[in-house]
Amino acid sequence: MTPDDLFGRLRTRFADVVLARGEVSTSLEPRELLEALAWLRDEPDLAFDFLSDLTCTDWPGLEPRYWVAYHLLSTAHGHRLRVKVGVADGDQPRVPSVTSSYPTADWFEREVYDFFGVVFDGHPDLRRIEMPEEWKGHPLRKTEQLAGVRTRFVGASVPPPDQRGT
Amino acid sequence: MPAELVPGVQTGRGEDAEEEVRRGLLLTTLGKAVAWARKNSMWPATFGLACCAIEMMAAGAGDYDLGRWGMEVFRASPRQADLMIVAGRVSQKMAPVLRQIYDQMPEPKWVISMGVCASSGGMFNNYGLVQGVDTIVPVDVYVPGCPPRPEMLMYGILRLHEKVQREARIT
Repeated sequence: MTPDDLFGRLRTRFADVVLARGEVSTSLEPRELLEALAWLRDEPDLAFDFLSDLTCTDWPGLEPRYWVAYHLLSTAHGHRLRVKVGVADGDQPRVPSVTSSYPTADWFEREVYDFFGVVFDGHPDLRRIEMPEEWKGHPLRKTEQLAGVRTRFVGASVPPPDQRGT
Repeated sequence: MPAELVPGVQTGRGEDAEEEVRRGLLLTTLGKAVAWARKNSMWPATFGLACCAIEMMAAGAGDYDLGRWGMEVFRASPRQADLMIVAGRVSQKMAPVLRQIYDQMPEPKWVISMGVCASSGGMFNNYGLVQGVDTIVPVDVYVPGCPPRPEMLMYGILRLHEKVQREARIT
């Protein structure tokens, strides 16, 4: 399906569909996500059966602050779609996990949780994937310290040179 | 080895002593002899972390040949090493591993911080990397460069040899 055809087809189901630079995007509320992805996967002429990427962007000061982006690919038809979900900034931003329908989302969601602190409800094993497990904070949030982060490892003490033995 | 080539060695005085030296005797202090032995057979632990490790390997290979100073054996086990060449950038997640390797090395032990990333974080001034390996382990010699050429690493090693010889005491 060409991007134009895909755009027209999705307009029948979703209110907010954008076609820009040959790429089709749609924005959803978090509560609509699971149902919409199941529909996109199961419609025979759409058949988005592969989640090729899942990432997040942070827009401090805007509402919603976080946008989780799902990049879908249909291996049968070869067309692509971007689904974006706006997540409000609260104590803990929350999105439903899509691991039940797309197993590739497992590590992607852990990565987004690690770097942005977005919690995926229903994820089977939501732990940090890249930063040390005891790390405080989520480093890709725009509000985090950008440079000069001190060494967090505290298991070693190094005396000044004039107080060392050898 | 002729006595005059061994640093810190004092040959005897007087005719009898000269006769002794001719027969293969040399006099020194135990500390200086031990330091000389340590200096001339330093075994580095394998600790390549990034592109600096390629230059470190080049320094150990045929063209530059660290074997000239008895250092060609990079030990895979820290228990058999007394020099840690931290070659490359150290991530925050690697920090406890690096410290554990250092703690497992027997005394006496030395550390060379090879390259600008290991020395200060280099261009990676961000959350991911340790801003200088000297926040984790005591460093004896810093070798700048991105990455340092093998000659620069060898110069750093030779400066470390001077330091080891100068310390010249039994710990």
